[in-house]
Amino acid sequence: MRLLIFCIAIPLLFSACKKGIDPTIAQVEPEEQYAGGVNGTTFDIGQNAFGGQVNGMSSEQNGFFVTGNSFFRSNWVSAPASVQTLDGLGPIFNAISCGSCHFKDGRAKPPGQPEEPLNGLLFRLSIPGTDAHGGSLGDPVYGGQLQDKAILNVQNEARVRVTYQETAGQYPDGTAYSLRQPLYEFIDLNYGPLASGLMFSPRIAPQMPGLGLLEIVPASDILAFADENDADQNGVSGRPNQVWDANSQQVVLGRFGWKANQPNLAQQTAGAFNGDLGITSNLFPQDHLSPTQQQQYPNVPNGGTPEIPDDIFHKVVHYTQTLAVPVRRDHDDVTVLRGKFLFNQINCTGCHRPEMNTGTGGNIAALHNQKIWPYTDLLLHDMGSGLADNRPDFLATGTEWRTAPLWGIGLIPTVNGHSFLLHDGRARNIEEAILWHGGEAEKSRDAFKALSHSDRLALIRFVESL
Amino acid sequence: MFLFLAAASLFVACGEKEDVVASLKKDALEQYADLVLANYEDSYNTALTLKQAIDAFLAAPSDAGFQTCKTAWLAARNPYGQTEAFRFYGGPIDDADGPEGFMNAWPMDENYIDYVQGQPNAGIINNPGAQPVISKEVLVGLNELFSSETAVFTGWHALEFLLWGQDLSISGPGARPYTDYIVGGGGTAANQARRGQYLQITIDLLLEHIAQVRDEWKTDGAYRQEFLNEETNNESMGLIFFGLREFAKTEISGERMFVAFDTKDQEHEHSCFADNTIADLKMNLLGMKNVYYGSYKNSNGTEISGSSFNDLVLLLDPVKAEAVRVAFEEVEAKMNAIPAPFDQAVANSSTTITETIAALQILGDRLAEAGKAIGAEF
Repeated sequence: MRLLIFCIAIPLLFSACKKGIDPTIAQVEPEEQYAGGVNGTTFDIGQNAFGGQVNGMSSEQNGFFVTGNSFFRSNWVSAPASVQTLDGLGPIFNAISCGSCHFKDGRAKPPGQPEEPLNGLLFRLSIPGTDAHGGSLGDPVYGGQLQDKAILNVQNEARVRVTYQETAGQYPDGTAYSLRQPLYEFIDLNYGPLASGLMFSPRIAPQMPGLGLLEIVPASDILAFADENDADQNGVSGRPNQVWDANSQQVVLGRFGWKANQPNLAQQTAGAFNGDLGITSNLFPQDHLSPTQQQQYPNVPNGGTPEIPDDIFHKVVHYTQTLAVPVRRDHDDVTVLRGKFLFNQINCTGCHRPEMNTGTGGNIAALHNQKIWPYTDLLLHDMGSGLADNRPDFLATGTEWRTAPLWGIGLIPTVNGHSFLLHDGRARNIEEAILWHGGEAEKSRDAFKALSHSDRLALIRFVESL
Repeated sequence: MFLFLAAASLFVACGEKEDVVASLKKDALEQYADLVLANYEDSYNTALTLKQAIDAFLAAPSDAGFQTCKTAWLAARNPYGQTEAFRFYGGPIDDADGPEGFMNAWPMDENYIDYVQGQPNAGIINNPGAQPVISKEVLVGLNELFSSETAVFTGWHALEFLLWGQDLSISGPGARPYTDYIVGGGGTAANQARRGQYLQITIDLLLEHIAQVRDEWKTDGAYRQEFLNEETNNESMGLIFFGLREFAKTEISGERMFVAFDTKDQEHEHSCFADNTIADLKMNLLGMKNVYYGSYKNSNGTEISGSSFNDLVLLLDPVKAEAVRVAFEEVEAKMNAIPAPFDQAVANSSTTITETIAALQILGDRLAEAGKAIGAEF
C-alpha cells in the first residue's frame, strides 16, 4: 500500500516540479476572491451586483435592509404630500432620491453634453478660512454646496455647463492616448454673484458596496498605514484626514468621501440627505439654506421636524452599511495574475492596499472580523496638479485625495452602463484613470506607461477583476 | 445483448423526452409572448376607454361623467396590474429606454401638480407664470431635469390624483369634486382649464407608453423576435423566472407591503388616492399566475391558454410543480384575508399583512426552483 502511494505521489511531484512557480505572475491568495470577506461578499455579478446584502444578519436587520433600500430608492416629494414618510424635498436640492445619483447603488457619470442637467455630480463651494471645527467655510450666499434644482416656485441656485479639453499623450512605446480635462462654468446664478476667491470641488457619486466594512476597520490599523513623512522614502506618504464628528462632537479619523471628510456613514448619509435632497434629520435639523435664502422663502412648507424621522434614517444608514461587495471574477486567470503581479511590482499597492480586517465596532455582528480586499488605505495622498481641486477640506490640501477603494470597479459598466472614473468622472476608463495619477503616484504611473502593451492590458484586466 | 438493447432504448427514450421538452419550451415561450401581448392590448384598450371617458367628461363636466372616469380608471388598473409580472428583467417595460417610470411612478409629487390641503395655489396647474404651457414635452422635460429613474408627475397615479384628489379621510378614498373641472362659472378651485389639460395630456402620454411596450411584443416586434430565438430559450426562461422571483420577493412583499407595514405610514401605499391597493396586489398575483400557467383572461371575458411553464415543470419535476401550486394557493388565501382598505390594515398592524409577506417570500423561492428545474438560466 505504501508503495502504491509512492508510485502515485512521485509522478504528481514531478508534474508539480515541471510546472514550478512562475515568477512572472502573482499567486492566488486564499479567499482573495471574497472581496467583502466571507459574510460581506455577494455572488450576484449582474445588474444588481452592488445591491446585494451581507450574509448572516438577524431577521430584524434583514427587515431594516428592506425598508432602508426603499427609502434609498424612492423619490422624495415636496411637502405636503399624502405619503408623509417621503415628503419634504428641497426647497433646493441636487437629487430627488439617493438612488437617482447612486443608480442601482452604483456610480454616477458626468453630463455628456454641456447643457445636460447634472445627475450625480455636485459641487462643493468654499471660501478661504475654516469654521470652528476645522472644516471649510461655505459661500456666504450659496452655502457649502451648489444646488442646481428646486421645488416649484423656488429658484435653483445655478446651472453648470461642463465642457472638456482634450490633451494628447503618448506611451514610451509610441501608442497614443488622449485625456480630457473638465471645464466648469456656473451659469444662471439666481442669488447674485459667487463670493470672490470662491473655491469649488466637483464630486461624483461613487458606488456603495462594502462601506459598512470600511467603517469598522479599526482606526489604529488605518493610522498604522500612514507614513506622513515618507520615512521609507518610497515617494508615497499617505496621511489621515481628521474631521469633525457632529454626533460625538469631537475630531476623529475621516474615512468617507473623495477627501475623507466624513467620519462615518450616519454623518455621510445625514449630510447627503441635507445637502443633496434638502431633507432634514436630527443630526442636521436645518435646511441647507443660507440666511439670505431663508429670508427669501420664509413660508416654504417642510415635511416634518425633522423630515426624516430617526427610525427611518437609521434604516437607511443600516442599508448603506450592509451592501455586500461583489465576488471577484477570474481571480485565478493567468492574465489577471500577471496584472496582479505588475500592480504590486510598480507599487500601486503602496496606496491601493489589498487587504485589511474589520474590527468589532457597531452592532452588525455579520460585519465583524472579516478579512476584506478593498484596495485602499483610506488615507490622503498628493495626486499632483492635474487632478487638484485646489480646495482644502479639513486636513486635506487642494492636491490631496483619498485613495479610492477599487473593489467592484470592474462591474460599474454592468451596473451603470458606463466606465467613467475619478472624483469628477473625467476618466473614461481604467486606463485613463491610471494616466491621470500624479504627485505621489507619479512613479507608479510612469512605470505603468513604461510597461509593454500586453502588460498594460494585463494590469487593467486585473483591476477589472476587482 | 439484453443489456445493449435496454441501453439503446434508454437512449431513444431520453432523446424523445429531450425533443418533447425542447418543443414544449418553445411552445411555452410562445404562449408567454402571446399572453404578454394580449395583456398589453387589454391594458391599452381599457386605458383608451378611460381616455374616452375623460374626453367626454371634459367636454361637458358632470358628476356622472366624473364617476365614469373613476370607474374606467379602476377597470384599467386591472389589466395593467397583471402586466407587472413582465417586469424586473430588463424587458421592453423597464429596460434602459423602458417607460415604466413614466407610467407607474410612485410616490406622486402631488403638490407639484395641483393644490393640496393648505396649499390652494400649489402645483403646475395653478402656476401659469412658472409653466405657461402644459404639454407632453413639458412634463417629460421636467422629469429629465429632476434626473430620476422615475417620473413624479405622470402616469397612473397622476391620473388617480387628478380624479380622486388627496385622501384626507380615515376610511374612504379622496373626494375631489368634479366641479374642479368646470371652466367659466360654477367651478371649484382655480385654473380648471389647465387642470383639464393636465388630465388629458397625462392619459395621452400613458397610452403612448403602453403602445410602445405592446408593439415590442407584437409578432413582428423587435424584442419578441429576439426573445423567442430558440437558441436562447433557457436564457429567456431565466429572465422570466428571475423577474417573477424579484416581483414576489422584493417588489410586492418588500416594497409594496413590508415597507408600508414597517413605517406605519397610512398612505405609504401605491393607490393611496383611490384606496385601490389591495386590488392592485391581487392583480399583481394574478399576473404571476398567468405567466406560470400560460393563460390570460381579457377584461372582455375572452380567455387564452396553451402550453405553459407549469406543463414543463410537471413533466420534469412534478414535486416542484406541486410546491408552486401550494405556494400560489397560500398567498391567495393570505391576501384574501387582508381587510380592505389596505391603509387601515397597515394602521392596525394586521398580521394578515405579515403572513402574506411570508407566503410571497416562499412563492418567490418555489418559482425560482421550478424555473431552474426546467432549465431557466439565471
